[in-house]
Amino acid sequence: MTQNLIIIGAGMATGRALEHLLDNNADVNVTLFNAEPRGNYNRIMLSPVLAGEKTYDDIETHTAQWYSDNNVTCRFGEKVTSINRAERSITAENGEVLFYDKLLLGTGSNPFMIPLPGHELEGVIAYRDLEDTERMMGLGPDNKCVVIGGGLLGLEAAAGMAARGVDVTVVHIMGHLMERQLDEAAGYLLRKALVDKGITVKCSANSSEILGEDGHVKALRLDDGTELPCDLLVMAVGIRPNVALAADSDLAVGRGIHVDDHMVTSDADILAVGECVEHNGAIFGLVAPLYDQAKVAASTLMGQEAQFVQKELSTKLKVTGCDLFSAGDFAEGEGREDIVFRDPARGVYRRLVIANNQVIGVVMYGDTADSNWFFGLIRDKVDITDMRDTLIFGPAFQGGTPSDPLLAVAALPRDAEICGCNGICKGQIEDAIAAGASDLNAIKSTTKASASCGTCTGLVEQVLAVTLGDDFVVPAAASICGCTDMTHEDVRRMIKSQSLKSMPAVWQECGWKTSCGCHICRPALNYYLLSDWPLDYLDDPQSRFVNERKHANIQKDGTFSVVPRMWGGITTPDELRAIADAADKFEVPTVKVTGGQRIDLLGVKGEDLPEIWSDLNKAGMVSGHAYSKGLRTVKTCVGTDHCRFGTQDSTGLGIKLEKILWGSWTPHKLKLAVSGCPRNCAEATCKDIGIVCVDSGFQISIGGAAGMDVRETQPLCQVPTEEDVIEVVKAVTQSYRENAKYLDRIYKWMAKVGLEWIQEQINDRDTRAALAARFDLSQTVYRKDPWAQHVAKDDAYHPLTDLALEAAE
Amino acid sequence: MSQWIEISALDAIPQRGARLVKTPLGCVAVFRTATDEVYALDNACPHKGGPLADGIVHGTQVTCPLHNWVISLETGMAQGADEGQVATYRAKVTDGRIYLDTEFLQHRAVA
Ligand code: SRM
Ligand SMILES: Cc1cc2nc3c(=O)[nH]c(=O)nc-3n(C[C@H](O)[C@H](O)[C@H](O)COP(=O)(O)OP(=O)(O)OC[C@H]3O[C@@H](n4cnc5c(N)ncnc54)[C@H](O)[C@@H]3O)c2cc1C
Ligand code: SF4
Ligand code: FES
Repeated sequence: MTQNLIIIGAGMATGRALEHLLDNNADVNVTLFNAEPRGNYNRIMLSPVLAGEKTYDDIETHTAQWYSDNNVTCRFGEKVTSINRAERSITAENGEVLFYDKLLLGTGSNPFMIPLPGHELEGVIAYRDLEDTERMMGLGPDNKCVVIGGGLLGLEAAAGMAARGVDVTVVHIMGHLMERQLDEAAGYLLRKALVDKGITVKCSANSSEILGEDGHVKALRLDDGTELPCDLLVMAVGIRPNVALAADSDLAVGRGIHVDDHMVTSDADILAVGECVEHNGAIFGLVAPLYDQAKVAASTLMGQEAQFVQKELSTKLKVTGCDLFSAGDFAEGEGREDIVFRDPARGVYRRLVIANNQVIGVVMYGDTADSNWFFGLIRDKVDITDMRDTLIFGPAFQGGTPSDPLLAVAALPRDAEICGCNGICKGQIEDAIAAGASDLNAIKSTTKASASCGTCTGLVEQVLAVTLGDDFVVPAAASICGCTDMTHEDVRRMIKSQSLKSMPAVWQECGWKTSCGCHICRPALNYYLLSDWPLDYLDDPQSRFVNERKHANIQKDGTFSVVPRMWGGITTPDELRAIADAADKFEVPTVKVTGGQRIDLLGVKGEDLPEIWSDLNKAGMVSGHAYSKGLRTVKTCVGTDHCRFGTQDSTGLGIKLEKILWGSWTPHKLKLAVSGCPRNCAEATCKDIGIVCVDSGFQISIGGAAGMDVRETQPLCQVPTEEDVIEVVKAVTQSYRENAKYLDRIYKWMAKVGLEWIQEQINDRDTRAALAARFDLSQTVYRKDPWAQHVAKDDAYHPLTDLALEAAE
Repeated sequence: MSQWIEISALDAIPQRGARLVKTPLGCVAVFRTATDEVYALDNACPHKGGPLADGIVHGTQVTCPLHNWVISLETGMAQGADEGQVATYRAKVTDGRIYLDTEFLQHRAVA
């Protein structure tokens, strides 16, 4: 019988429970309420969002699509206001009553707001959800912010805002920062690091009143009378389990909602997970135990036996740029001894607290590489008598072996926890490696290790290194994919030095482990071969991503988009008419002007492609390669033709360049622009190659980008004539084609070889001419319109046969 | 009893490629591997319905063009950490021609 399951709160704990239920095909009909107007996201990553390193989209755990795919009824932005246990129903904010068979509470915590005078003023916020984060992100360099609370949350808020240039002051009531996780010495080092970031830190400071003006916060007054002006005041002083709903319905509640080992509350039909629960007297504020609870709750709901067991917790902190670790009990006390190590030059501090010959607490600052080993000593209650003298130096120094950071990881037992967020142990990672995972991404996708907060990434890599031994290539030089141990660079060298001119030759000589590569290596090899042997190697469409195989961009519904070239952004009434006619004839649902100065016909059926191309060809238009790792567009401005400031014919030069470069394949896409003067209306300085016209000639710069990374170009050279521009552009493009790794844009390639190296190549007239000549040679093969070629052999675009028709006949 | 229906010449599909067969109930993708085996699968990725026939074929697997799920041509199962399966149908090559078991039309009618 399908059970009606209502979940109150779409947080990190219930989200995980839901995943377990769906993974096991539980027979439940789920309705999910959330007071926040969105579903489950990775709350711990709000700090990177605040610091501008990630966006909300990056941290959304479940998308609207996911919920609908899994038939979860979402009631986001709706609070549940009461529970009627007798009739097993809940009432939503809008008064609607819904009945449940089982109810799962995951209401999380409420941030605690100190009831100082003025705490209700506008501009006094907590740090808990996306709204709070966005408020902080709204501040700029002219703004001031005061953060009350020098714990983990407060410091992350402060560091994030400081990274945005906000003037931040942290007010902390205790003598040192993070007193619950750090001892005084480590707290001091942390404070120093924050002060270096420009944050003002006031410890032993007691707030007395929040001052306002027109209902908005204006300053914080301390009890010594100091006033700290601010535009926003963030209180991050702790959380309280959110138990109101449970308490109102007379469930057993202490500090949190009481649950047993199966996560069942005092009502057998109601379960609870997350920060809102109390289990054996403990409440929880980190995700690791919540994920364990989620698993147990899901099992209980499915009628399976499972028990929640509390584990020893460690804190690895991720306050931007500070390496901290603490675990266990590190208060001083009778019968306890300390072992301390300091290296002021490196800003390193370590302290072990020993009782009865066991490590019971550890605090580390500055170098936390050995933290897991120490944590293991605490958890396993290891007798340290024999290693006491060298203990503080870490695992590398035990047993007289020389210092090697990997030894620490090698020494960890299989059950040592590597990823705290997801509870993944070393053994699980080793098993994933044995099953074929050979790099970080593979580990992430098979085990989830390092897929949440990411602080354990380094450790996961070390486990990879230890387990794979010589097979593990450090990430900077990772192998192309699982089919080979060789890097892109090695393979390219082999192709050139051994004259390998076909894919099977590469697979053989480079020892490919699979029969015919995969979707990652084949496109790369195809590119390398055609770039190095343009006359010998025949392009392999089956090794190309569909867009380059079908010369159109695939859309999410399987249709395609068609973008004809408009040289330099110039078009004519005839071309526009032909485009309009094609749009009508093929019932194109969307016609859009692109960011690349041309027109996109979106939503064309795969079968219609050859025909629409044929029509466009007839009007004189060719493929715009909007899909290719090759020349995309050459943007231009109006230049001397019309503009009163134009110094050269930027439009004309752009068209010439596009006509020379089109059809060429490059490691990644290649975008150019030509601006007629330094006002730069064609945005030339954020393109892969940008040309800015000046009175005395042309400034050529390279390595710009405006996609996932935004980069300004770096000046390459200045030349007097259009002919010089053309030769330089060909030469740079050819050097990029011959040397860059597949899928590196010019800026990434430039970061590897250095601008100076490229300049040397270009400034040497012989090298430049030779590069340009090789470019021209390759273009004799590739400067052809693929659309026209495919119109001639359009079979591939049609079905083999249509059994629907045959059946009808 | 299998009833084989002739679809086309083997060479109509490139090695490591696929072509579609339209049926009253949607498209079936017919794949040809590098070693000339053929496989027939629903042309809809178990993830979000991506057109598998447009993917890159390697070994006896295809990578979906939309989000790179890797699907086994033999079983229709998603590989690695991804979970899902697409329906597979019996296919064979005889004398250079591709045949599908007509049973698949009935199966699809039920599904
Ligand atoms: C159509 C267009 C958006 C628009 O409507 O304006 C577009 C659409 C796509 N862009 Fe873009 N980009 C378009 C201009 C841009 C621009 C602006 C520009 O070129 O001036 C940028 C930033 C500039 C840059 O590249 O540095 C841009 C940065 C990206 C990126 C990020 C690249 C990067 O290196 O960070 C991707 C992803 C990638 O290439 O891997 C991308 C990828 C895509 C893809 C191909 C995504 C995909 O794989 O399906 C989109 C295809 C949609 C489709 O089916 O047609 N698009 N894309 C623009 C086509 C221009 C054209 O005429 O060819
Ligand atoms: C900025 C920040 C950084 C953090 N960093 C870390 C970290 O590095 N490591 C770590 O382990 N933990 C970290 N945490 C803590 C971690 O995010 C929490 O422990 C975790 O999110 C709690 O999960 P939960 O499911 O119990 O509650 P939540 O994720 O808070 O979800 C509860 C949800 O229930 C909703 N709700 C409440 N009442 C109702 C109602 N009556 N009706 C409907 N919906 C309701 C709320 O709107 C909320 O969306 C951090 C927290 C924050 C805020
Ligand atoms: S920004 Fe580009 S890639 Fe992203 S959705 Fe828009 S068109 Fe697609
Ligand atoms: S639809 Fe196939 S991978 Fe997403």
